[in-house]
Amino acid sequence: MKSRKLITIWRVFGAGILGFARNAWLSLAALATMIVTLSIILASVVINATFSHTIEQIRSKIDVSIYLKDDITIQSKDQLLDQIKSMPNVKEVEYISKEAAKSAFLELFKDNIDLQLAAMSADNKIPATVRVKLYNPDMMDDLKQFLDQPEITELQSSPTSYSGSTKEAIDSITKATSFFRTAGIVGVLVFAGISILIIFNTIQMAIFNRRDELSIMSLLGASRWFIRGPFLVESMLIGVLSAGVSIAICYVLFVVSSKVLTASTFGIMDVAYSRQFFSDNLLLICLGQVGLGVLIGVMSSYIATYKYLRRNR
Amino acid sequence: MILLDRVSKSYGKRKSAVLQRVSLHIEAKEFVIVVGASGAGKSTLLKLLTREEKPTSGKIIVGGIDYETLKDRDVPKLRRKIGVVFQDFKLLPNKTVYENVAFALEIIGISTKEIKHTVPRVLDIVGLKDKQDNMPMELSGGERQRVAIARAIVRQPKILIADEPTGNLDPKHAWDVIRVLEKINKYGTTVILTTHNQEIVNKLKRRVVTVSDGKIASDDSSGKYTL
Repeated sequence: MKSRKLITIWRVFGAGILGFARNAWLSLAALATMIVTLSIILASVVINATFSHTIEQIRSKIDVSIYLKDDITIQSKDQLLDQIKSMPNVKEVEYISKEAAKSAFLELFKDNIDLQLAAMSADNKIPATVRVKLYNPDMMDDLKQFLDQPEITELQSSPTSYSGSTKEAIDSITKATSFFRTAGIVGVLVFAGISILIIFNTIQMAIFNRRDELSIMSLLGASRWFIRGPFLVESMLIGVLSAGVSIAICYVLFVVSSKVLTASTFGIMDVAYSRQFFSDNLLLICLGQVGLGVLIGVMSSYIATYKYLRRNR
Repeated sequence: MILLDRVSKSYGKRKSAVLQRVSLHIEAKEFVIVVGASGAGKSTLLKLLTREEKPTSGKIIVGGIDYETLKDRDVPKLRRKIGVVFQDFKLLPNKTVYENVAFALEIIGISTKEIKHTVPRVLDIVGLKDKQDNMPMELSGGERQRVAIARAIVRQPKILIADEPTGNLDPKHAWDVIRVLEKINKYGTTVILTTHNQEIVNKLKRRVVTVSDGKIASDDSSGKYTL
């Protein structure tokens, strides 16, 4: 009995593959739509991951620089550092002495001789700096309040730098990302819907073409699964093939032609990361795409065959 | 073997009755001919037996299976026990004679080895062993009908239903088909045959059930065509 089941499963798969080959032109439309849908989904995932990574990168670079007067005592400097360190949102506090700040300045502008000479000839005008990194750059109000206290401003040579422009850039990228995410979800839903409808129609047409054969099968006592199976296999094949092609398309987009992509996104997108994300998660991406393709295919052909079988018991 | 108890069937909103309180009992290994004018309800009667239709009321028991409690998903199992031959043959045009008969075994999961062993033997019974590689289009009507019979009996059903199998055939080919049915009945299969052919009915001298206006008009154990 068990071997009969195995034989039947084998025959159902064979019939599915045959059906796919026989319906090649009909399946082509379903295949194309499914490829577009899966490619959009995959590209959205990679682009989203890349933007999130970029934002994280920029966020980690945001810091607050406090410039100290030359004449403050070591005691008050240490006290200030301790106070800042004890704040909950503070990730890292770094003290850069006047000398270190000067060498960093010289290193930074090593190609600009005028600035180098200016920095070397005069007294060291570059102040000692306390650089503070935060866990969450969006919540720097506590630190700001603390630094704005008169006794603290008294220690500073010039106003605190909050990397303000960087924060604005982050905000605009975040906004763009969330817009892209919403657009991506809407696009994915629309294309998934179209895919389901087209596959549904493909299978319905295949059923229509083979209605005599199906009714004979049913009259001879073929089980529902024997009738339905080949169509499910056919749409599963469409799903698997589309997944393969969509992965190839995204591979070409993110890995092979990454230069073109970098240029077309005006350098906003860190394509190197996209490439890495793509390679690091290749197995997961393959499984996800195949799973999704098979799910969409099987769902639509299940509904189509269900409708047929309910009418023709 | 087959029991119909006060079975009625009506269609549509107006509930025009095709069969009215039909009761019939057919023993195992019987050869029963069902006759009646077109639209009398013969085909509906057979469709009720193969569960292509459900009765509006009444009880049907075939081979111990009560159709009232039969679930839709178990209908294929029922159909595997009943062989059916249709007037229009219902052969798959893109399959050879051999493949058409093998198809009935394939769908129930019989191994290819067993199929190769069984199909030629059954084609031999219906006299078509030398035509197993032909396509249905290359055969005469009678030959096609014999292929359909081979397909119906290849699973050795207990019951064979033949719905006007000679309807599209000339007298010579019609008799070829009837001879095959008699042979199958001799092997122990219950045969239910519907026909319009008066000569066949009269010569066979078998039980004749006459259906008229959805009712059983007569049931004669060695009957004649009386319409």
